[in-house]
Amino acid sequence: MSTVLRVSNLTKTFRSGSRELTVLDDVTFDVPDGSTCAIVGPSGSGKTTLLGLCAGLDAPTSGTVELCGTDLTPLDEDQRAAVRNQYVGFVFQTFRLLPTLTAVENVMVPAELQGRRGARERAADLLDRVGLGERLDHYPAQLSGGERQRVAMARAFINEPRILFADEPTGNLDVETAETIEDLLFSLNANAGTTLVLVTHNLELAERTGRVLRLRQGRVELDEMRSEGVKV
Amino acid sequence: MVAASASCCTFPRWSSAWRRLLRFRIQGFGENLETTVDAEAKTLLGADLSLESDRPFPDTIETIIDSIGGTTSRRISFASMALFPENDRTRLATVRATEGGYPFYGEVVTRPREAVDTYRDEGAALVDGTLLKQFDAEVGDSIQIGRRTYAIAGELVKMPRESSIVSSISPRVYIPQTALDTTLLGRGSRAEYEVYFKFDDGRDVESMLASIEPTLDAYDVGSDTVEEAAGNWREGLGNLYRFLSLVGFVALLLGSLGVASAVNVYVRRRIESIAVLRCLGASGQQTFQVYLVQAAALGLMGSVIGAAIGVGIQMLVPTLLADFLPVPVEFYVSWRAILLGLGIGMGVTLLFALWPLLEVRGVSPMRALRSSVEPTTGGWTDPLRWAVAGAIGAGVLGFAIVQAPTWQVGLGYAGSLVVVFGLLAAVAWAIVRGVQRFFPSGWAYPWRQGLANLYRPQNQTMVLMLSLGLGTFLITTLFLVQQSLIEQIRVTGGEEGRPNLVLWDVQPDQLAGVDSLLRSNDLPVMERTPIVTMGLESVKGRTIDDLRADSTFDLTFAHTREYRVTYRSETTPSETLVEGTLADSMRGNPLQTGAPVPVSIEADIANEDLNVGIGDTLTFDVQGVPVTTVIASVREVDWQRIGTNFFVVFPPGVLEKAPQIYAVLSRAPSEDVSASVQSDLVQAYPNVSAIDLSLVLSTFDQLFQRLSFVIRFMALFSIATGLIVLVSAVVVSRSQRAQESVLLKTLGASRSTVFRITAIEYLFLGSFAALTGLVLSLGATWALSTFVFEGPFVPDLLAVGGAFLIVTALTVGIGLLNSRGVYDRPPLDVLRTAEV
Repeated sequence: MSTVLRVSNLTKTFRSGSRELTVLDDVTFDVPDGSTCAIVGPSGSGKTTLLGLCAGLDAPTSGTVELCGTDLTPLDEDQRAAVRNQYVGFVFQTFRLLPTLTAVENVMVPAELQGRRGARERAADLLDRVGLGERLDHYPAQLSGGERQRVAMARAFINEPRILFADEPTGNLDVETAETIEDLLFSLNANAGTTLVLVTHNLELAERTGRVLRLRQGRVELDEMRSEGVKV
Repeated sequence: MVAASASCCTFPRWSSAWRRLLRFRIQGFGENLETTVDAEAKTLLGADLSLESDRPFPDTIETIIDSIGGTTSRRISFASMALFPENDRTRLATVRATEGGYPFYGEVVTRPREAVDTYRDEGAALVDGTLLKQFDAEVGDSIQIGRRTYAIAGELVKMPRESSIVSSISPRVYIPQTALDTTLLGRGSRAEYEVYFKFDDGRDVESMLASIEPTLDAYDVGSDTVEEAAGNWREGLGNLYRFLSLVGFVALLLGSLGVASAVNVYVRRRIESIAVLRCLGASGQQTFQVYLVQAAALGLMGSVIGAAIGVGIQMLVPTLLADFLPVPVEFYVSWRAILLGLGIGMGVTLLFALWPLLEVRGVSPMRALRSSVEPTTGGWTDPLRWAVAGAIGAGVLGFAIVQAPTWQVGLGYAGSLVVVFGLLAAVAWAIVRGVQRFFPSGWAYPWRQGLANLYRPQNQTMVLMLSLGLGTFLITTLFLVQQSLIEQIRVTGGEEGRPNLVLWDVQPDQLAGVDSLLRSNDLPVMERTPIVTMGLESVKGRTIDDLRADSTFDLTFAHTREYRVTYRSETTPSETLVEGTLADSMRGNPLQTGAPVPVSIEADIANEDLNVGIGDTLTFDVQGVPVTTVIASVREVDWQRIGTNFFVVFPPGVLEKAPQIYAVLSRAPSEDVSASVQSDLVQAYPNVSAIDLSLVLSTFDQLFQRLSFVIRFMALFSIATGLIVLVSAVVVSRSQRAQESVLLKTLGASRSTVFRITAIEYLFLGSFAALTGLVLSLGATWALSTFVFEGPFVPDLLAVGGAFLIVTALTVGIGLLNSRGVYDRPPLDVLRTAEV
C-alpha cells in the first residue's frame, strides 16, 4: 500500500509576545493510501494545528509534509491551494458553507475551481446520495445542522479526493444526526477508496478508524494501529 | 472582533458626520445669505430709487424726474458690437453709457482702482475682465463702440447690481454718456434708459412712488426701490437656498438609509453577544437600551464632527456661488444652524437606528447555544415595528414641510422623494431580479460567485444602488440635458443651407452696402427681413389703458411690450400655419381706407397671453399711427431655429413706408470667416450687431456650465454619500468576506481567484448602480427634452458611457481598497474561527 501522507519531524511554534510556544514538537508519521486515521487528544494538544499542516493550510516551522507525493514545504500558498484542490477534501465542525450559494452550488465550488465539466450533475448526484436530492436549491440558512453537514460532505467528495480531512465532523450535531453523518462519512470513504484523517474528541468515532494518533503537548503520545480496521 | 467593532463604530460616525455637514452647512449658508441681503439692501440697487424705460423719457416723465429732486444719475444701456482695433476682433457687448455718480451705494471695483473715478472725465471706457481676457486686451489698449474709439481706462471687476454670471454672458462696457456715438441709438435700436436717485432727506420713497406710479405706468416707465430690489434678491436667493436644502435633504435621507443599513449589519453581527448578555440575566429591554444608547452616542459624535466640518465648508460655499450673488456673503458661525443640525442629526440617527434595533429585544438566550435560533421580535407582527415605520414616515414628512416654503410644497417634496426613490428602487430591483431570473449559469465560477454575492445575506446592494444611482442620475441628467440643448442648437443652426450669422439693426440705407460686403467675402445673403417696431393700442376693441384700469383683467407683458413686426405673404421653414391663411399683398392703403389689416399671430401669445383668435381685432400704434388689424391666421413658430421669428406678421403693402430696420441672414463656412466679416462690418457699419451661431453656442455653454456647477456640486455630495455607504458596507462585512475568502482558499482557490471574485462583485455593484442611475437619467432627459424644452432627444452616448465607467471604476476601486488584507488571511483560520 503506498503512502498518501508523510509527516517528518514536524514542528510548529508560535510567538506570543516575547514567549515562544511550541504547539507541535517533532511529529513524524505516515498514512497509507485508503486507510482511516483519527487524531485525538485533549484541548491544546495540537490536533487542529497538525491537521492544518497536513492539509497544507499552513506552513511548518520545521520538518516536512509530503501529500500525495508532493512536498508541501517549499510551496507558496497558491501552490498549496492547487494541491488541496486536486487531492484534498474537507469536512469542518461548523460546516463552512457559502451562505450566498444554494446546496448544489456549494457542492459544485471545488469542481468549478478545478474547471471541471459536468459539475452540476455530479453535485446533484452526490447530494442525492447523502439524502438531499430534493433540496438542491435550498440555501444553507434553510437547512438543518445535519443537512448542512451532509452538503459539506458532498462538497468534500466532488473532486474525488485522495485524502479527506475532517475536523470534528459531528461536533455540532445531536447524537442521532451525528451517527447518521458518521455512517455516511465512512461509507462514502469506503466506496471511493479515499484516505480519511479526522480530528475528534469523540472516542467512539475514533474507534471506528483503523488507526488512532493520540497527541499530548504537541507530541505523539500514542500511535495505535487497530487490526479490525474500519467499522462501517 | 476588535476590528469588527471599530468598523461598526466607524460607519454611523462617518455617515452622520456627512449628513450633519450637509444640513448644517446649508442652514448656516442660508442664514448668512439673509443677513447679507438685509445689510446690503441699498447696494443691491446702488441708489434709493430708479426709473427705467425702453425709450427716451418723454417730457412728462422728465418733468416728474425734475420734481422728484435729490441727486440723479443717468444710464443708457444697449447691445452693440465692441471692436478691439489692436487685433480687429469683435464681440456683442452690453454698453452702458453713464452720466452722474451712480452707483451712490456700494463699491465699484476696477483695476486700476482710480479708473472708476477718471473714465468719464477722460472719455475712456471700463471693460469687463471677461472681454479683455477673451481678446488678450489690457488697460491702455483701445475699444471701438460705434464710430467712437475709447481708451480702456480700467478693467471692471465689480459693480453693484451686476453679477459676474451675467457679465460673462453679455460682457459690459462702461463709457461716459457725453462720449456716446448717438447714431447707435437710431431707429429700431433697443436701448434701456435709466435714471437713478439718491435722497438725503430721508423721505418715504415708497409713498412718493405710489403718488407718481399711475403716470409712470401710463408711459410704460418701470421703477425699482431698495425694498423691491432686496425683495427680488431675497426671493431669488431663497429659491437657491431652498434648492440647496432640498438636495441636502435628499443626501440626508441617503445617509439615514446608510445608518439603518449599518446598524442592521451591526446588530446582526452582535446577536451572539446579545444572547450572552441575555444568558447573564439582561432583559430584552435592557439589551435594547444598551444598543440604543450606543447608537445615540455615535450619532452625537457624528453630529459634532459633521458640524465642525460644516463650519469649514461653509466658508467655501460663498466662494463657489460668488458668481451668482450680487454682494459678497459674509461668513459667520450660526449657532442656531449648528444646534439645528445637531438636533436633526441625532433625531434622524435614532429614528433610523430604531428600525434594525427592534430585533435586539427578541434575541433568545438560546442563541448563545444554538445559532439557528432567530429573534422573535422586530417582524411585521411586532406593533413597535409599525410604530417606528410611522415615526420615520412622519419624521420625513415633517422635515420636508418645515423645509419647504409652504406645507403644500413640503408635501410635494415628500411626494417627489417617494417617487424618485421609488423609481430608483424599482429600477434597482428590476435589475437585481432580472439577473437572478436569468442567472448566467454558463459563466466562469468567479463571475458567478461575484454576482451571487450581491444577494448575500446582510448585503447592502439596494442601499448602494439607491445612493450611487441617485448621484449618477443627477449628474448625468444635468449633463445630458445640457448636451441635448447644445446639440439642438448646433443641429438647427448647423443644418446645411440654414443661416448661422444674423446681422441686426441694418438701416435701409445700409442694406446695399451690407449685401455687397457679404458677397465680397463669398457669403450669401439668405434673407433680408424688414422689421417695424410698434406697440399694442387695443385688443378686441378695449384699449390697453382700459385693460390696465380693469382690476379683474390679467394684463400681461404681451399687452405692453414692444412688438417687432415684419411683413410677408409666406411662411418660413420655422413656421407652421395652424389656422387661417397668410394674407396676400394689401390693395389700397389701409392707413387711408381704415380697412382692418389681416395679420398672422403666433399661437402661444394668441392663446395664452392675449387670449385672441381668428377674427379678433388688434390695434397697433405704429410709431404714432394707429393701425387696426384683424387676425387672419395663427402660426406655430419653432423659436429654436437660428433666424428671424415674429409674433406678428403683416401682409406686404402696409408697412413699407413705416420707419424700419433690417435683419440680414447669412451663412459663414467657418468661425474664422465669420469673425473676419463681423470685423469688417463693425468698421463699416458700427450700428449693425452681428450674432453668430458660435457665439450663441459658447454663451449657452458658459451659462449652463456655471448654473450646473451648483447642481453638480450637490450631486457629487450624493455620490460621495454613496461611496461612504460603500466604504462602510465593505468595512462592516469585512469579517464575513475574510471568512469566505479563507474557506475558498481552503477549498483550493488561489489568492487571485478570491481577489477576482471580490473585484467582480464590486464591478457588478458599481455597474448596476450606474445602470440604475443612467436608465432613469435617460428617461428624465427624454421627458425634459420632449415636454419642457420641446426639442429632439439627443442622448450623448459618450457621456453615458463615461458616467458608467467612472461610477463603476470608483466603486471597484474603493471596494478593493477597503478589502485589502482580506485575501491574505491564512486558510488555517478556517479551522479556528466561528461559523461562516
